[in-house]
Amino acid sequence: MTALDPAPELPDLVEVPPVVELRGVTRVFPGDPPVHALHASDLVVAAGDYLSIVGPSGSGKSTLLHLLGLLDRPTSGEYLLDGEPTRDISEARRSALRGGRIGFVFQQFHLLPHRTVLDNVLLATLYSGVPRAERRERALAALDRVHLSHRLHFLPTTLSGGERQRVAVARAVVAAPRVLLADEPTGNLDTTNSAGVLELFDELHDDGLTLVVITHDTVVSARADRRVRIADGRLTEVA
Amino acid sequence: MSDRFGARDLFREASAGIDARPGRLFLTILGTVLGIASVVVTVGLAQTAAGQIARRFDAVAATQAMASPATTRTADGSQRATQSLPWDADARAGRLNGVEAAGLVATVDVGDATVTAVPVNDPSAPEATSPAVLAGSAGLLDAVRGTVVTGRFFDAGHDERGDRVVVLGTRAAQRLGVSRVDAQPSVFVGERAYTVIGIIDGMQRRTDLLDAVLMPDGTARQDFALAAPEELHLRIAVGAGPLVAEQVPIALAPNTPEVVTMQVPSGGSSVGSDVQADISTIFLALGGVALLIGGLGIANVTLLSVMERVGEIGLRRALGARRRDIASQFMIESATVGLLGGMVGAALGVAAVVAVSAAQSWTPILDIWVVLGAAAGGGVIGLLAGIYPALKAASVEPIAALRGGV
Repeated sequence: MTALDPAPELPDLVEVPPVVELRGVTRVFPGDPPVHALHASDLVVAAGDYLSIVGPSGSGKSTLLHLLGLLDRPTSGEYLLDGEPTRDISEARRSALRGGRIGFVFQQFHLLPHRTVLDNVLLATLYSGVPRAERRERALAALDRVHLSHRLHFLPTTLSGGERQRVAVARAVVAAPRVLLADEPTGNLDTTNSAGVLELFDELHDDGLTLVVITHDTVVSARADRRVRIADGRLTEVA
Repeated sequence: MSDRFGARDLFREASAGIDARPGRLFLTILGTVLGIASVVVTVGLAQTAAGQIARRFDAVAATQAMASPATTRTADGSQRATQSLPWDADARAGRLNGVEAAGLVATVDVGDATVTAVPVNDPSAPEATSPAVLAGSAGLLDAVRGTVVTGRFFDAGHDERGDRVVVLGTRAAQRLGVSRVDAQPSVFVGERAYTVIGIIDGMQRRTDLLDAVLMPDGTARQDFALAAPEELHLRIAVGAGPLVAEQVPIALAPNTPEVVTMQVPSGGSSVGSDVQADISTIFLALGGVALLIGGLGIANVTLLSVMERVGEIGLRRALGARRRDIASQFMIESATVGLLGGMVGAALGVAAVVAVSAAQSWTPILDIWVVLGAAAGGGVIGLLAGIYPALKAASVEPIAALRGGV
């Protein structure tokens, strides 16, 4: 680098790839007749977006979530995660992408019942390559962010549903993912706890995190900036 | 990505997985504990018993051998020698490698003659049994480990000349009232006088010599028409037993070696290994069966655990775990369970060996490598038992797994 060759510090000239980009992605489950769970769909989620995907059960929501979460492979089309094509990569690479780029929040929380809150959050740092020296600090920070610093050494079974989901959110964000995928995050919560979790999502969004929330609940989807409806395996953007 | 799920994380996750179900852990390791313990007990007791044998290893018994003519049963039921040993048997055997001393002995038939120190014929004296009269060669004393208490033992010269000399066993000397030989006392066999030239003791292999009057072969042949020697006693080098047993009959009867019966100590090592073999075969087989069951038990419980933890596996996969991360976690869990079982089993085995030894007042002997090896063997069994469940766990599809809870 010399003075004659200045670094191109012009962000609007550099193409920033969207976090999630679906190009003609379909998913067909073999059978007689084959089930078209997802028809050819395009979807772009830019960094910092807060997207909700709504639809009745059986509409293909779960299929879409699995595809977005790299838990399933599309039948055809290409899925670019953070600009990286994912169709032909190895299973190990997909695992690495899941660990490093995606944070999951499930309806059932999926916390290990025999491990403490802190251990459950630390679990996500194991597989995502967070340096060992930073793990504990980052887990503590993540738990602080979801306002659970006072529950570090509790077992999940002793927590309320809302607290459990907040632990799950802390686990999802501890490895600093590019996108947070939430599958019916309030499905098992009462109104008060739901509101708490949604508030947390708003805070995370304000901090710049990209969120994709899959839900059938219009109250939940109303909190998002963008809404996509899925019905019979077809996506439509709701204005 | 260097800090991605390293060995430390692997072991921590595996131990947490085991830690979560302590009650089940106990049942899982039970089979391995029993198997490893029985192996350790088997080997330990065999080693202890072998040590016990070595401790009782009797130098006299191990270096003493005897040749005698084969016997056959006659029509009236009595034993008769089929062939006699040659008079120079001691010289022939003495030339063999491994033979350190050789001596002949035979019982002398003195008929009605009594053995007394004084030739008094006292009809009123109560009938007393006489000491036995035996004939021996010059090398006999050395061959049966006798010692001279006083005087001397007869030599080849006495033998050749048929000198009328005898040596007395200590107890015979006591009975005959002979305590010193410097005055050249005599004993009478019948009416013949024999000069006592020595008193002998020891002779652990032929303690009857202690009660006997012993004269040279030549004298017995001359005075009592002794026909043939009865036994050839040999003092041999330690471990020479098998060799001597093979060569002496050929040396004594080259044409018909089978007519010579040999009594030799078996090789010292084969005594121990015989005992060890007896114990080992049965108990090692039992231990092997127990280990097999133990391994199957671990495999079974680990497989059950995989089925139960499908949700956890799915979650880990969603969090970025590769198939091999999942597989190694379950392998390590299984190996750790096996290792725990091995260590507990080895400890119990050592305790059992010590307890048995204490009860029998034995010195417990147990090779430390057997104990460590047995404990490690439990780990290997666990590792092998974990292969199938681990492959099963690695093949869990995260989507299906995540539908259920954790």
